[in-house]
Amino acid sequence: MENQTSYTDKVMELCLMAGKIMLESGAETYRVEDTMMRIAASFGIRESHSYVTPTGIIFSIEGELTKTKLIRVTERTTDLEKIAEVNSISRKISSGDLSLDEAYQSLKEIESASLQYPFWLQITAASIASGCFLIMFKGEWRDFIPAMIAGGVGLVCVTYFHRLVPIKFLAEFLAAFIIGFLSVLFVKIGFGYQLDKIIIGSVMPLVPGLLITNAVRDLMVGHLVSGLSKGAEAFLTALAIGSGIAGVLSFM
Amino acid sequence: MVIIEQLVTSFIASAGFGIIFNAPKQTLVKCGLVGMSGWIIYFIMETNGFEPVAATLAASCFISVISQVFAKMYKTPIIIFSVAGIIPLVPGGLAYDAMRNFVQNDYNSAINLVAKATMISGSIVMGLVFSEVINQIIRKSKLKCN
Repeated sequence: MENQTSYTDKVMELCLMAGKIMLESGAETYRVEDTMMRIAASFGIRESHSYVTPTGIIFSIEGELTKTKLIRVTERTTDLEKIAEVNSISRKISSGDLSLDEAYQSLKEIESASLQYPFWLQITAASIASGCFLIMFKGEWRDFIPAMIAGGVGLVCVTYFHRLVPIKFLAEFLAAFIIGFLSVLFVKIGFGYQLDKIIIGSVMPLVPGLLITNAVRDLMVGHLVSGLSKGAEAFLTALAIGSGIAGVLSFM
Repeated sequence: MVIIEQLVTSFIASAGFGIIFNAPKQTLVKCGLVGMSGWIIYFIMETNGFEPVAATLAASCFISVISQVFAKMYKTPIIIFSVAGIIPLVPGGLAYDAMRNFVQNDYNSAINLVAKATMISGSIVMGLVFSEVINQIIRKSKLKCN
């Protein structure tokens, strides 16, 4: 009996950790639920229920002693690599390649590892992407460098402000404001030419693409609460960007 | 010439988004390919006189299908591929124009543009949903066969 409880406890711990990592890295809600239940099932727990919302996980294992645990998730970032890693661990568990302790160990490693690309690379990627978006939206090549600078600065600002003020809306608003300000400045001093295209191109790295796709996928599989709340988050981000740009334009 | 320009820029932009979202290294090129194919469908349809809504629908549907194929092939979660592909289709330009009109107190054209942007976002969603439905049907029919 004692053994049985500690085993269940361990499985529960493992499932919750996997779920927490995935949710914090920005996975779809239904994928988190699915992964947790799969892991539990492959360790011989037949009845388990998970309820995941973007801000918390409730997981319960049924047996002689039914156990339920709740985990609160406050910090959400985008880290597709961690999602892929946890996914492959859960695959290995299902095929029986990983024992309970091994799986726990490797999840611990993933949780503490920082798999992010170096910050300078992210900034470079954002600036080059901004320049490319300018061309895709029928801008001219002579505006390429202004858009690159504005886009790169925008991502730096959003990361920096988010560290400073933990309110995402404000960070995005300020970043969009600075992008708009820089673009207007570039056009005023004759460095850039088409204000509209520069702003549109350089705002693109802030667009909540992951949230939109996740919201839709969650809604479609019936996770109405998560889908709607992610949709609301995406809407708020869009609103922040829009009002930041509008703030600059209204001064012109 | 224009097509090559669009192909190259959309590939780089989508792969760049892969880096921002921290996609695994070995998937970056595939992210770029997904984004490129989606954008080129949109671009060709739009320059040949199709409505932007129809072009977006076709492109997002294609992106979703190809992401599903990649996800199956490389055994990775589907969002890694679909996110980078969807981003170029987001109607940023329209939203910007709408915002500018709002600021200039021209509410009539602003609402017009907002409606257009909403239609395009809706068609992105419809494209995603559509291919999801196809995927479910294929999966179900496979289950029945076994």
